[in-house]
Amino acid sequence: MSEKELGQKWDRCLADSAIKLGTGLGLGIVFSVVFFKRRTWPIAFGTGLGLGMAYSNCQNDLRSHYVLHSKVAKVCVLIIDIIYYHVLSWSDVT
Amino acid sequence: MLRVCWKGAHAAARQCVCGKVKAHPLQHCRRYTTAGGSGSTAGKIVVASLLTVGGGLGGTILYAKWDPKFRSNIEKSVPYSDQLFEMALGPPPPPLVPLQKKPGKIEPLQISSLSEASKESKQPKAKAKKSDPAPAEAPPAVEEAPAPTPQTLEEASAEAAHIILAISEVPSVPAPGTSDESPPGHMAAGEESKDHHEPALKERPAEEVSARLAKQDKAEQDALSALTAGLEESLGSSAKTTLQAIGAQEAALTAIARHTNKLKEAMDSETPPDEKSTQWKALNEALSDRARAMEEAEEALLKAKGELEKLRGVISSAKQSKIDAARPQILAAEENLHSMIVDLDKVVTKVQTAQTEAKIVSQYSELVNEAKAQFQQELANITPEIQANWKGLSGKLSADDLNSLIAHAHRRIDQLNRELAEQRVREQIHIEAALDQLKLEDQKALERAVVSALEHRREDMRLEQEKKVQEVREVMEAEMRTQLRRQAAAHTDHLRDVLKVQEQELREEAQEILNSKMMEQETHYRRITQEQLDTFTLDMSAAYARLKGIEEAIDSHVIAEEEARKAHQLWLSVEALNYTLKSAGADSPTEPLEGAVRAIKENCAENEFAQALATALPEESLSRGIYSEASLRARFYDIRRLARRVALIDETRNSLYQYFLSFLQSVLLFEREQVAPPAKLAPEDLDTFRLLAYATYSIERGDLELAAKFVNQLRGESQRVAQDWLKEARLTLETKQVIGLLSAYANAVGLGTTQAP
Repeated sequence: MSEKELGQKWDRCLADSAIKLGTGLGLGIVFSVVFFKRRTWPIAFGTGLGLGMAYSNCQNDLRSHYVLHSKVAKVCVLIIDIIYYHVLSWSDVT
Repeated sequence: MLRVCWKGAHAAARQCVCGKVKAHPLQHCRRYTTAGGSGSTAGKIVVASLLTVGGGLGGTILYAKWDPKFRSNIEKSVPYSDQLFEMALGPPPPPLVPLQKKPGKIEPLQISSLSEASKESKQPKAKAKKSDPAPAEAPPAVEEAPAPTPQTLEEASAEAAHIILAISEVPSVPAPGTSDESPPGHMAAGEESKDHHEPALKERPAEEVSARLAKQDKAEQDALSALTAGLEESLGSSAKTTLQAIGAQEAALTAIARHTNKLKEAMDSETPPDEKSTQWKALNEALSDRARAMEEAEEALLKAKGELEKLRGVISSAKQSKIDAARPQILAAEENLHSMIVDLDKVVTKVQTAQTEAKIVSQYSELVNEAKAQFQQELANITPEIQANWKGLSGKLSADDLNSLIAHAHRRIDQLNRELAEQRVREQIHIEAALDQLKLEDQKALERAVVSALEHRREDMRLEQEKKVQEVREVMEAEMRTQLRRQAAAHTDHLRDVLKVQEQELREEAQEILNSKMMEQETHYRRITQEQLDTFTLDMSAAYARLKGIEEAIDSHVIAEEEARKAHQLWLSVEALNYTLKSAGADSPTEPLEGAVRAIKENCAENEFAQALATALPEESLSRGIYSEASLRARFYDIRRLARRVALIDETRNSLYQYFLSFLQSVLLFEREQVAPPAKLAPEDLDTFRLLAYATYSIERGDLELAAKFVNQLRGESQRVAQDWLKEARLTLETKQVIGLLSAYANAVGLGTTQAP
């Protein structure tokens, strides 16, 4: 169902963000612990990284329908350009 | 807080719409705010009002239970009282009486009308039927019967014909024809009977006369036969007796003749004496015979005479009876009588002559005997010693004796000569006397004979005359008969001529009448046959048309039935399809409609419309089934929620922040859930929320189509979210539309083909 799609997306998004957040957090913690001597900044960094990745993924996932993919986009843009040209030429003539 | 209040208000509003529950919270509030003191009076008022209301209601209910009319009135006037009454008292009694009256009234009317109609229809029939025997009776009293009866007859027959045509009883049509034919026959019979009466009257005297004549003839015949019988009888008896008499007389005659012969023989005494004794014995015998014969003859004669007298008497009585036909017989009888009399007389005369001869001979014999005796005496005197036999004496006599004998003989001879001479003289005288006597006797006899001959002659003459008269009469009769015959012949000729002429005239007349009647009858017959033909052809054509109509009706009926069957099947299959629609669960789709659609397709293979419709069903519904409206409705609310949440998202705005903003918008935007959509959509109506409000309104009103239309106007992410729902809604709507069309079509076809019972 299309209405469930959004929900699924959100689910995925949340799951993904949870994972990424968790992973980021974890990695941050790990890195903080392992590499950066229990500084808070890698945790925040990792969390932020994770969050950001999740946000970006979520956004992309949610946006995916509206984003035109390469070939289709090119052809479409080309067609649109031709149409504009013709319209403009016609208007110039008249 | 506000929302709670809002919800409460909503609930209250909903309950107010249902209308059962009163606004208790308000009342409760009121009650809590009011003071306690005025509560008793208020309570009293309330109690009193409740009591009155309850009493009124109870009374109404009781009275309604008792009086159904009142109940029905109350039910009519007060809106929901029927429910109340039903709750309290049960269902109202069925209003039998007025309904019964109405059909009762209607039925008698109908029945009377039917009976009237049937009476009316029967009356002409009865009239016609009555008129059939009536014409049979009418002609004998044609002169007496007035004119209306033929008119009513015709009218009745016309009515009967009409009704018969209407009812189409063909065989009874010729009935008027036969009934019309019968009266003329009856009339003719009546006339003929009348005619027969008159000639019968004329003929009867002749018949009487002939009868009388026949009777007379018969009487005559009887008398004649009686007469003839009597005559014959008497004739026979008299003939018998006469014959007997004649026989007796002849016997007497022969006896007399024999006696005289014997006597003569005895007289001629040359025979020896011993033979004489036999002779004398024979003579005595003959004498006795003769006497006996004479007696017998006398008796027979008397008898014959008596019979003849009887015969004569019979003849005279026969003559007196004056029957002409008996005359010859009478004559014959008379002749017979006469002949018998004649024979008798002849025989009697013969007997009498014989008797006279015998008398003479006996006298002679007496004389001879006397002479002999005398001689013997003399001889005895002379020769007293010689007594007896002459013959034996011849050898014994002496000469003296012989001489004395001769002398005696001589003396005797002389004596005898003297006596002879005396005798001669006396003889002369005697002879004369005898002659005179004989003459006298002869005369007498002659007279007698003459008289008898005259009588006989007279009789003969009379008989001849009578015979002649008879002959003449016969001749005259014959002539008269011939004349009469001639006259009769002439009369018959004349009659024949007259009759011929009359016959001719009558024949012509009759011919004319016959011709006219024949013409009439022919025209009548032609007319009637034409009528019959016409009516027959009419009836035939009517019947044929009816038959055709019936056939067509049957065919159309068959067709209609077929159509009805098909429609029924279609309807059934459509119903099956409808039923499959109901098999949708809350969230699950229905069964695949494929089976039902296949059934429809099979059932109405000829129905193009149905086929088209069946094929118009979307594939998804066939294979997967559709969702019910309820599930779609339920789903819509989810969609609505989602769509509201993603209302801001479209191609341009689709970041996560926008999502959040859109969510925030949906949360903060207050609007009515349902807004009635306008007739025309303006561009500002194309807002998501507005559209969703319209769609909700429509969905709540059950208008899925409109809701789908509004949902279709969504753009952006809302559109994407609602896509599936829309698809489902479209499917459902399509399928429902097709099914609706099919069922409408099936119903229409069913209605069209259904025939009222």
